[in-house]
Amino acid sequence: MFDRLTFRHGVHPPELKQLTADKRTRRLPFPTEVVLPLSQHTGKPAKSIVRVGMRVERGDLIADSDGWVSSPIHASASGTVTEIGLAPHPDGTFKTAITIAVEPFSAQLPRPRLVPDWRGLDKKGLLEAVRHAGVVGLGGAAFPTHVKLSPPPDKPIELILVNGCECEPYLTTDHRTMAEYPERVHLGIRIMMKVLGVSQTVIGVERNKPDAIEALERTRPSDLDVTVLPLTVKYPQGAEKMLIEAVTGREVPSGKLPLDVGVVVQNAASVGTIAEVFETGLPLVERIVTVTGLGVRRPANLIVPVGTRLRYLLEACGGMTDDAREIVFGGPMMGAAQANLDTPLTKGTTGVIVLAEREVKEQASYPCIRCGHCLDACPVFLNPQQLGKLAAAGRYDEMAAEYHLNDCMLCGCCSYVCPSNIPLSQQFAAARVALRQRKPAA
Amino acid sequence: MTGSRYLVTASPHLRSRDATPRIMWTVVASLVPVLAVAVAYFGPSALLVTAASLLGAVLTERILGKPGTLRDGSGVITGLLLGLCLPAGIPLWMAFLGGVVSIGFGKLMFGGLGQNVFNPALFGRAFLQAAFPVALTTWPAIKAVSWWSLRGDNFALPLMSAQVDAVTTATPLGLMKFEHVSTRVTDLAFGSTAGSLGETAAVVIFICGGYLALKNYLNWRIPASIFLTVAVFAGILHVINPDRFASAQFMLLSGGLMLGAVYMATDLVTSPVTNRGAWIFGAGIGLLVVLIRVWGGLAEGVMYAILIMNALVPFINRATQPRVFGTATPAAKTS
Repeated sequence: MFDRLTFRHGVHPPELKQLTADKRTRRLPFPTEVVLPLSQHTGKPAKSIVRVGMRVERGDLIADSDGWVSSPIHASASGTVTEIGLAPHPDGTFKTAITIAVEPFSAQLPRPRLVPDWRGLDKKGLLEAVRHAGVVGLGGAAFPTHVKLSPPPDKPIELILVNGCECEPYLTTDHRTMAEYPERVHLGIRIMMKVLGVSQTVIGVERNKPDAIEALERTRPSDLDVTVLPLTVKYPQGAEKMLIEAVTGREVPSGKLPLDVGVVVQNAASVGTIAEVFETGLPLVERIVTVTGLGVRRPANLIVPVGTRLRYLLEACGGMTDDAREIVFGGPMMGAAQANLDTPLTKGTTGVIVLAEREVKEQASYPCIRCGHCLDACPVFLNPQQLGKLAAAGRYDEMAAEYHLNDCMLCGCCSYVCPSNIPLSQQFAAARVALRQRKPAA
Repeated sequence: MTGSRYLVTASPHLRSRDATPRIMWTVVASLVPVLAVAVAYFGPSALLVTAASLLGAVLTERILGKPGTLRDGSGVITGLLLGLCLPAGIPLWMAFLGGVVSIGFGKLMFGGLGQNVFNPALFGRAFLQAAFPVALTTWPAIKAVSWWSLRGDNFALPLMSAQVDAVTTATPLGLMKFEHVSTRVTDLAFGSTAGSLGETAAVVIFICGGYLALKNYLNWRIPASIFLTVAVFAGILHVINPDRFASAQFMLLSGGLMLGAVYMATDLVTSPVTNRGAWIFGAGIGLLVVLIRVWGGLAEGVMYAILIMNALVPFINRATQPRVFGTATPAAKTS
């Protein structure tokens, strides 16, 4: 079954992980203010249940989920609600958020359990606990975990795939989770296996993290069928479809989900978080984040409350260098550039990367020379060269109807390799937005 | 946040270091050893002819092209390649005119870099072959009076007939075709035979091309496919009748095959974008080369083989679209 250890195509950007790969995670003093957007997950935003002036403790529910595909938000620090209104959001817009002035000198002490002990719970109880703890995927898209753990009954799940690839350059969040908290990852797996009724789990880790592989191997429980599988280092090995192809050899059909081929994929930090909420009894109020890049003076892996502002994180890491040029939430291949230092970190923020001038220097674009490098790079075998030509001409409908625009994952491989510096995946993202906006009118 | 100190761009935020000008100038650099061999064999005439075609190409790009396009290096490649596929004794004004036609009609008229259907250098050479068939098939001998002597009437004025009597001879392919005389394979490999400037040292071209292939600046599948097809096709013919048909080694190492397969057929713009397409494209060239050489009226067929296959590239691309991940359908419509 495990004969193929990677997917076809892809690219090899510089890894740049050495800045933080060996740095232990550490905590910071609480910031003076946390900003908690109501929309930190895929699905409907949560609904605020607090008023300005109310005092909240760390872990208190402050916004409840609105429907099934939604997730609640909890206070990530004790203090007073000072504002409920528009605040900068990592997606570049302003969205409604709850601002809490953190109580100075508050001990932020652990409190009695808010999440029950997992041992006493059945499938349904576990699922409810995960849902009420506000657990979402920490790999970027922040898909609510309870939804992922509730596949429709007609889609049997045979395999849990823990995504420890972390194929984006710079990021070391999953790496540190696996290396420092391997027991937590295994407990998360145990809980997921119980909820899904699945008997087999594979943890896919790129070979550039030998310490993580060793730690997971060392702590592997003997009573569960869990395999730690080292994978080839290649971007985007951590894309769900690529990981499934590498491990099982199966292709997820176009437009379908991993569960259509009997697989649930969850990234390593998210699996760790499932266990963490049961261990600490606190809902999801903090996460590990890598603050790194050639533009940061003291790169670090930090455990910080959700809602910490970007400015505070950068200050904690010694500030930015003089040649800092672009600040990105997430990885440099798929992350979102930030324009506002007051933007808060959300549940799905895997890292803060400050790129230096020499990495993002503006370069001229040249005409397409039809070299075909983009076709060789595309992990889903599209023809970015043709798509690029159509995008430049604004022929978006054709792109979707005849050139499989919707199969594009926006992984950025084509733009990365293009010698003529044509912003291919950037144009594809724009085309998709344009098509989405056009649809309701039509 | 102070002013515009920070960039806000769409992802991806990193890109690889292989830029188009870097690819083009690397190809130019890789042509220097090939030119050096030509100069070693053909003396100052080799330099003069290449300089003339280069000048024609570059001036045309400068005057008729969009501002700044000279810097991408593609015009220089065309000029150099055209020079390398001309005979050493050709009048310089013809070489210059060839450069003008290559860039002006072979490239800029289609819309410039990336838009042309035919390899510009071969386009220019095809024009010269049609306009001046005698000059294009007059091959000076390798062994001249001295290294310094011109290998023909390089300085002939336009529309005047040749004034200098140079020692001329037939190319190995000509000898093979019209006189049934074969040439030693070692002579072919190291270039001590008559032919175009860049037709002579197959081994040097192979090494320079190998470097480009390692850097992924050319698609190795194209020359591989050409070599394979020629070797198999010519090999079979040779087995059937060794007296009438040349051996595979002879076919591979003689004439413009090496230069054409490594530097002309692999032109990024005019070759297929898909890897399966590259195999088909190369196989087509290989077949046509052998067909023309063996049964055609010309001794050499590399130029027409590549130009014909250039014309078929859009169809090859359409027929070889990759199958999209998770589907049974190709990445672009193929009908």
